[in-house]
Amino acid sequence: MKILSKLYMALVVLFLYAPIAVMVFFSFNSGSSVWVFEGFSLAWYGELVFNSEMLDALQHTLLIAVISATASTVLGTAAAVGITSLRSKLAKSAIMSVTNIPMMNADIVTGVSLMLLFIFFGKMLGLSESLGFFTVLIAHITFNLPYVILSVLPKLRQTDPALAQAAMDLGCTPVSAFFKVVLPSISSGIFTGFIMAFTLSLDDFVISYFTCGHYQTLPIVIYNMTKRTVTPDTYALSTLIFIVVFALMLLYNVTLSRSEKKRGMSR
Amino acid sequence: MNKKSLGQRLLRAPYILWSALFIIVPLFIMGYYALTDAAGNFSFSNFSDLSRYKNAFLISLLYAFISTVITLIIAYPLAYFMTKCKPGTQRMMMILTMLPMWTNFLIRTYSWITILSNTGIINTLLGKIGLGPLHLINRPGTVILGMVYDFLPYMVLPIFNVMSKIDVSLTEAAEDLGANRFRVLRKVILPLSMPGVVSGITMVFVPSVSTFYISQKLGGNKTMLIGDVIEYLFNLGPDYYNVASAISLVLMAIILVSLFIMNRFSDDEGGGVVL
Repeated sequence: MKILSKLYMALVVLFLYAPIAVMVFFSFNSGSSVWVFEGFSLAWYGELVFNSEMLDALQHTLLIAVISATASTVLGTAAAVGITSLRSKLAKSAIMSVTNIPMMNADIVTGVSLMLLFIFFGKMLGLSESLGFFTVLIAHITFNLPYVILSVLPKLRQTDPALAQAAMDLGCTPVSAFFKVVLPSISSGIFTGFIMAFTLSLDDFVISYFTCGHYQTLPIVIYNMTKRTVTPDTYALSTLIFIVVFALMLLYNVTLSRSEKKRGMSR
Repeated sequence: MNKKSLGQRLLRAPYILWSALFIIVPLFIMGYYALTDAAGNFSFSNFSDLSRYKNAFLISLLYAFISTVITLIIAYPLAYFMTKCKPGTQRMMMILTMLPMWTNFLIRTYSWITILSNTGIINTLLGKIGLGPLHLINRPGTVILGMVYDFLPYMVLPIFNVMSKIDVSLTEAAEDLGANRFRVLRKVILPLSMPGVVSGITMVFVPSVSTFYISQKLGGNKTMLIGDVIEYLFNLGPDYYNVASAISLVLMAIILVSLFIMNRFSDDEGGGVVL
């Protein structure tokens, strides 16, 4: 039983990583195809430095991810605090239903509806080009917000309101009570929300596709490439990203198990 | 006290404004496009034209249904076996399941062509032992494979999360009372893990039914899914925005109805809530 379950887990992992292994393998191809392996070479990694289209796109992607994750974390945390204090059940469930829409809806519908909004207002304002940096940014903030709100809300619910009350009784202003008492107790939720927003933004293709105009993010450039021919430099860049993320996760895992061990020993 | 409630109103005001402007208004504008023709006159013709896309709708629903079921069949045992591992291994497996999501899904999908094509890895290996070539690419099954592959982590993670929080004393009690492993799984773990299953199904079904990339790359443009139709029409230009909006609205309605039915169903099963 034990061996069988291990074998099963290994098979699923193999399935999940087969295409990624192909990606890593062909990034070292000396030829310019991702189909036929001609020989080992690091040439495509060197080429990356000169591929301004891809580097620009990477920069756009990171910029959008950082700004949209930060903005949605601030806006979403404020909203979560404001929603928790709502007394009317009806208003609360109305806001939560609207918040759920971008999460429940298909990405393509969200993307298309935002695109129509931008085009509609662009026409009204007489703009020649209604899509670009700001529209992708708005779109990303919009689909990030529910994830931030839904990771902060449960933490707020676990926080005893009496704590903030006590701080105010002891002379804190509501603002400083928030920053000194409430914020520290919900910080893990805010952090989770930020990370989720950041990764969702990095990875988004469908919504960006409909709202970006000529402001191309990395997934858009990759999409256009797969419509023509994919050269190994795309795979090289993706391999580098994969390695960075893998290293970060391993590091996180190691520090986590170390701190667990320490806690175990001090007990 | 007054000052405090004013402060909290100020906190939620920007978000309410934002979600009204960028969640509600876009849907209304989409409705406006769906109910007008290209000249801006009120018309129902976009909806009466929809019968032309009936096949695309049906195929999308069928493919999404099949791939959701397969994903569930693969993910459930995986999550179950994961909970039986040591905490360190559990975390490692979590990382291994999540990590592919950080690699661009377009590339992961595209890589399958290299594996499955007529001169691809599988057929080359088969050729070495004198078999094949098998025709693996550009078939309905390949599109479903792509969906299962791309969305599998979305099924594994919620099921594992719920399952790993099930109190061990419950399964121990069942074992003490004489239930064997299979019975414990069926009577204790399965009902308690339903909320995870429901959110997993939602997270796989919605992107599957609306995808437009997987079918283009792995189905060789032979199968037009509804997502492909929407993308194709929007790319044709502003004259086609109206009918594309009508299709998008219907897609949204189908998704909402499916989610609603599933939530009702899961409530009867003993209580997972997604919405």
